[in-house]
Amino acid sequence: MIAAPSCPVPNGTGVEVSDLSVTFPLYHGSARTLRRTLAKMRSTRFEQDQQQRMVVQALRSISFSLKPGDRLGLVGGNGAGKTTLLRALAGIYEPVGGRVTIRGEINALLDTNLGMNLELTGRENIGLRGLHAGLSPRRIRDIEEDVQGFAELGSFLDMPVRTYSSGMVIRLGFALATSIRPRVLLMDEWFLAGDAIFMNKAQDRLENLVRQAEILVISTHLLKVVESWCTRVIWLDHGMIRMQGTPEEVLPAYLADEATTATEGAA
Amino acid sequence: MSTAHGPAGSAHAEPLLDLQPETVPARFRHAVKDAVEAARLWRLCFKLGWLDVKLRYRGSVLGPFWLTASTAVMIAAMGFLYPILFNVRFGNYLPFLSLSLVLWGFMAGVVNEGASCFTAAEGMVRSMRLPFCVHAARCIIRNILVLLHNVVVVVAVFAIFHVWPGERLPYAVPGLMLWLLDAIPACLLLGTLGARFRDIPPIIASLMQLFFYISPIIWQPELIAHGHEWLQLNPFYALMEIVRRPLLGGHAGLHLWSLSLIDSAILWVVGLLLFMRVRSRLAYWI
Repeated sequence: MIAAPSCPVPNGTGVEVSDLSVTFPLYHGSARTLRRTLAKMRSTRFEQDQQQRMVVQALRSISFSLKPGDRLGLVGGNGAGKTTLLRALAGIYEPVGGRVTIRGEINALLDTNLGMNLELTGRENIGLRGLHAGLSPRRIRDIEEDVQGFAELGSFLDMPVRTYSSGMVIRLGFALATSIRPRVLLMDEWFLAGDAIFMNKAQDRLENLVRQAEILVISTHLLKVVESWCTRVIWLDHGMIRMQGTPEEVLPAYLADEATTATEGAA
Repeated sequence: MSTAHGPAGSAHAEPLLDLQPETVPARFRHAVKDAVEAARLWRLCFKLGWLDVKLRYRGSVLGPFWLTASTAVMIAAMGFLYPILFNVRFGNYLPFLSLSLVLWGFMAGVVNEGASCFTAAEGMVRSMRLPFCVHAARCIIRNILVLLHNVVVVVAVFAIFHVWPGERLPYAVPGLMLWLLDAIPACLLLGTLGARFRDIPPIIASLMQLFFYISPIIWQPELIAHGHEWLQLNPFYALMEIVRRPLLGGHAGLHLWSLSLIDSAILWVVGLLLFMRVRSRLAYWI
């Protein structure tokens, strides 16, 4: 293949984020509850933009770039901006400032139900997901079989997802999300939450997917996952990069900080 | 390092996402790109629209034909009462009423559901990047499918009363085309407003209720003796007539067509400008 002229990496896949900032406007009723939740945080994150609207700064001056082979772990407390950063990388939230460039097809495993419609059957949701990815009917049938094989839903596949147990929903969502192999894989931590039996089974499939993706970005609280999978870590704090580097560099500092916060909280 | 490609990954068409705050020309380019990408996902749009219809009636005996049945009952009931009220003949009024109600159902459906076309797709919007025009197309296709279920009733009524548009039938096609063209900016415009201001969908719903009574839907426009010119300010009047008149065997005429085209042009300009302006912010509002 021929690389585009502006393309710095030979095989084309790459993630480039420069000075990214994301702000959320606070408009609606739900925003008011959001405001209350966030009120506990530093007040510096609220500001008024040029049009005098209340906005919350979800991400501020984020810069990094990833090349094939990079596995990036995002760590940070609740509300640090991990999921927002993943959404910005997926192109769902377009930058308010700065720039995001992604080369290579993306698969984003963000929501627990992946935008599945709970009223539709498992099979219909598989079909929709395949159409989202622009796959041919033939490929969609392959994926259907693949998902059926892994998720073991049996005749539930033709029942509305609403009737599934929460474990079944996770199995279906997981199987579905992992059956479309992307070059850039964005993953939120819920994916690693499952019962032990499921996790054992999921491990292989997930590791396979991660191995095949050229770039992985994963947000997680499980430092074990970061240690074993990631080559780089970004520690997000209040929407800003507190520290970035290898897991050996960042994780001890992060743990130390968490311990201090915990003691302060207890005191 | 593994360089295994995804099965869908073809080397020549590398998907590229390059996002930054938009300049004015970029806004236009991105809005057009959004529409083009949605058109490429036409199979998804159709499936979403069809599943919406199917889902409403899942588990019921008649399925989507409940649409047909309830329209039939409504037309039968109104068809017996209103000719007496308006003092017109059944044979004239019932075909007119059935056609008007079914066509209005489509218009009102697009406008009402268009206002929530983005907010209703919240889960999809927040879990993956998709062209926003997909949600608008889903809403339009859903309403076309509803219209097709209801057309059965109109055909039946026309058959019963031996009314047939005959050679005038093809003249309704350009009007229907214009409707479909107008449905796109209508959904984008109202959907955007509905996402930003949550009061818009209920306001639209009551306005459409109002328009149902002040537009010549269940009454014939000829019934207005004075102030006919005021009727021309109602955009639904001209748009309705360019489709309805040919189907009832009449002529829409140049005047009604120019009114329709002016209304459509305004809708397109306003809808496109607004969508261009706010497309990149929509995900934040939903």
